[in-house]
Amino acid sequence: MSGSAAHDPAEIDKHVRTYVMVFAALLVLTGVTVAVSYLHLEVHQAIAVALVIATFKASLVALFFMHLISERQVILWILALTGAFAAVLLLLPAITNHDHIISANMPAGMTSAAHAPESAAHH
Amino acid sequence: MSAELIPYITEARPDTGLTNGKIGIWCFLASEVMLFGAFFASYIVLRTSAVEWPHGSAILNVPLATVNTVVLISSSVTMVMAWASLMRNDISKYRLFLGLTVFFGFCFLGIKTVEYSAKFEHGLLPSTNNFMAIYFIMTGLHGLHVIGGMIVNAYFLFAAPSYWEHDRELLANRVENSGLFWHFVDLVWIFLFPILYLL
Repeated sequence: MSGSAAHDPAEIDKHVRTYVMVFAALLVLTGVTVAVSYLHLEVHQAIAVALVIATFKASLVALFFMHLISERQVILWILALTGAFAAVLLLLPAITNHDHIISANMPAGMTSAAHAPESAAHH
Repeated sequence: MSAELIPYITEARPDTGLTNGKIGIWCFLASEVMLFGAFFASYIVLRTSAVEWPHGSAILNVPLATVNTVVLISSSVTMVMAWASLMRNDISKYRLFLGLTVFFGFCFLGIKTVEYSAKFEHGLLPSTNNFMAIYFIMTGLHGLHVIGGMIVNAYFLFAAPSYWEHDRELLANRVENSGLFWHFVDLVWIFLFPILYLL
């Protein structure tokens, strides 16, 4: 016996139109990502712009191609929990190296030399 | 006793409102987020700890990676179009779109092979420095996922006639789940491309 997979054709047509629009948006945003990299922005600005665009692209894929926009709550809760753990996973190393990142951006004279006596005291 | 070993694979479970297959694939993808998350965290540690970190475009081939990004995005679209074709009960278009998805997978791997070969020829190996190490590990792990997704998609391409005859709803559900994995692979590349090649 063959159970039919067919659904409302008008509804599927709407889905397909959305997929094509998302596809176009992803192509444009890929072009923007590459174009921005040729502007030779300052490193922190370049990282911020690239990550904002990447997050927006990833959201489009997750919401429309992965159907999260109309997904059941239980899936969204699983993902919220995953997101919280992933955030900790990514923030831990950033916090661990916080001193290093800050000192790398300080003017000369306020960097590791200023911290040396303090760090020596810990040893 | 029912011959069906796994319950709720075609109809939704009353309490979750979802098939068990869909809950299963999302739990698997949650574990994948943590797997790739660990490598992204490693990248942050290596980069923020390094005295100097090379600009990706100085070492890697940005035009090839851009083409690969377009290839993967295209494969995601053909994947959802394959699922939509099943929803329209159009098996021939389903096979066309899923075939294209597998084809784009081959294109991605082909371009990646060209990139890897060029690096090896120039003596750039995972042991060369931390940048090359994290580049090969992250793109290698991603490449393995592409291969895994292609195998599953190829199975649903060639096994489709049998499913189509016996249970169309089951085929549509499984192709949707396979698609979720494929889109996740695309989603990971969306982040790998800028952090490795453009920053």
